[in-house]
Amino acid sequence: MSPDLWFLYRQMLRSRLFELAVTRLWNEGKISGEMHLGTGEEAVVAGVVAHLEEGDAMALDHRGTPPLVMRGVDLVLLLREFLGRPDGLCGGMGGHMHLLSPKHLAASSGIVGAAGPAAAGFALAAQRLRPGTLAVAFFGEGAMNQGMLLEALNLAVAWELPALFVCKDNTWSITTGSQSVSGGTPGGRARGFGMPVIEVDGIDVEAMWKAAREAVQRARRGDGPTFLHACCVHLEGHFLDDALVAAARHPAREMLPIAWPMARSFLRMRGAPLKERIASLRAVLATLVGAARDLSAAQERDPLKRARHRLASEPERLQSLEAEVVYEIQQTVEAALLPA
Amino acid sequence: MGKMSFGDAIESALAQAMADDPRIVVFGEDVPMLRRNLFVRFGARRVIGTPISEGAFVGAAVAAAMAGLRPIVELWMVDFVSVAIDALLNHAAKVRAFSGGRWNAPVVLRAACGGGYGDGGQHEQSLWGWLAHIPGLAVVVPSTPADAGGLMLAAIEHDDPVIYLEHKLLSTEWLDHLGGARRKSVSFDVPPVGARGPVPRRWKPVPLGRAASRKEGGDLTIVSVGVGVHRALEAARQLARQGVSAGVLDLRTVSPLDTEAVCEAVSRTGRMLVVDEDYEGFGLSGELAAIVLEAGIAARYGRVCTQDTIPYTRDLENEALPNVQRIVDAALQIVGSRG
Repeated sequence: MSPDLWFLYRQMLRSRLFELAVTRLWNEGKISGEMHLGTGEEAVVAGVVAHLEEGDAMALDHRGTPPLVMRGVDLVLLLREFLGRPDGLCGGMGGHMHLLSPKHLAASSGIVGAAGPAAAGFALAAQRLRPGTLAVAFFGEGAMNQGMLLEALNLAVAWELPALFVCKDNTWSITTGSQSVSGGTPGGRARGFGMPVIEVDGIDVEAMWKAAREAVQRARRGDGPTFLHACCVHLEGHFLDDALVAAARHPAREMLPIAWPMARSFLRMRGAPLKERIASLRAVLATLVGAARDLSAAQERDPLKRARHRLASEPERLQSLEAEVVYEIQQTVEAALLPA
Repeated sequence: MGKMSFGDAIESALAQAMADDPRIVVFGEDVPMLRRNLFVRFGARRVIGTPISEGAFVGAAVAAAMAGLRPIVELWMVDFVSVAIDALLNHAAKVRAFSGGRWNAPVVLRAACGGGYGDGGQHEQSLWGWLAHIPGLAVVVPSTPADAGGLMLAAIEHDDPVIYLEHKLLSTEWLDHLGGARRKSVSFDVPPVGARGPVPRRWKPVPLGRAASRKEGGDLTIVSVGVGVHRALEAARQLARQGVSAGVLDLRTVSPLDTEAVCEAVSRTGRMLVVDEDYEGFGLSGELAAIVLEAGIAARYGRVCTQDTIPYTRDLENEALPNVQRIVDAALQIVGSRG
């Protein structure tokens, strides 16, 4: 069996356009609070979710939108939840970080790492109640420093649980480079628990699909959990209007309010020796420059561009697919905004 | 006396303390960027970024405090204390008792708290009553920039663990960050005198456990903390127009609780209304009723608190959190039932 790239691209595009619509509504003030998008990790999610069947469960993090869109959750209900409407997926009680769909056995959480224990529990229920089904956890590499996730990896191995642990590695723990606060590698840690690990290019949806297929088959056979380590990108920073991203994108406008108090503090008497101060200042600037560089590199590594490029040999089919998805999302937004 | 924002006041007091005491270190997620002004002055040995490992770094802060450092450890939101609760509940809070008073853990845990910007019930909790329930933990909730700085200094100087909570509607930096408040399309009910106000030229500690009367009133005492103080003051203004004179007492610290000030005020008015953004059941509001009863004061009592999980949607959220209308209604009910 080989992946159906047309199907996978459609799923990624549905998710992307849905989240772009969410961005517009958030900017218009119709959606409140923080907004964490999954733009840039669509290939990781599409490659995994394509294998899920009735009875499979998903434990999601604060970027739960792409998995739910691709799993077939009603998009109007989903968007109405973001809009905080009583006729939303969770009655307007949860919002984008706390999405729960019992029908899809899908639960998200804004607590970093919580997807690990949740997937272990879903997998235990699968093992006992629905043999042949499985549970997936989606989380970032930042969550790999959270104790409960590491404990869950061990639990899954000890109990031979039918689970997939999918690590979406975008290299950033909020605005901290993950490597600067981590020892070893995500894959190396999972291996340390005796869990099979597949390293995969999370930009390449076909590679993701193949890797996930191997892991899903192992779980369904009853041969235990697999860890998928997928490198991907973030197109929007930690959340919308992330100060770091704003400063990186619009230095002229955003830098002064950051730089002025920092310069004053840098020059104050009583503190670290000058050498240490300069090192700190350099580190702040390096983070800003790194963010700017990563953002522009991320555009180059956009998983949708990669997939689209491979489909370009059939321009008419591609065009009509894209038109269909654009229409679907437009209809979704219009329907979601209709009065209850 | 100049004016400062709530967040700048905390940072200014922190910088003063760090310059005075080299044992003070600050660490937490994203701290080198989040506290970059301190980072470029005090360097990477004292302002330290952490992985997303609350259990480990809060636990490490407790032991580091026992061994001579004065750590200020930061969580983005108090909701995340759930992941690190063992370090507080079973360790920080127990060191002094278990050692027979021979050892202590002078650690400050700083976290943003509170709701009112539509972020959902896992990111908008207050939890000060839940934390104050644990013997051995002090819990501080400032409501003005002057108190924010002064209480931070007191927290640092305190020889036992202190939870320092800054409300996101007062710390506009957090509101920009977490509420997307830079969008012109959104607005929040930010108490202006809480978000920005006069501060002393040089910080002095505001003692823990000392309440402040924000308004005198003869008919009723409204007891509150954090943003609730400002909601109570607005309610008191509206009540005055209806001929009801309501006093407002700002607790400033939930633990230790200024029982003397509470009892003194309530014994004068004979009526107490608690405005508490934390959960209603088994918390601060019930505790206040208990201390008044224990003191033998016969008083009418009411409370306006958060009763259930905080809804995401703004309309329901506004109803769930203590708002001015609910406070006015509850006050009139207590006053109306006099004699």
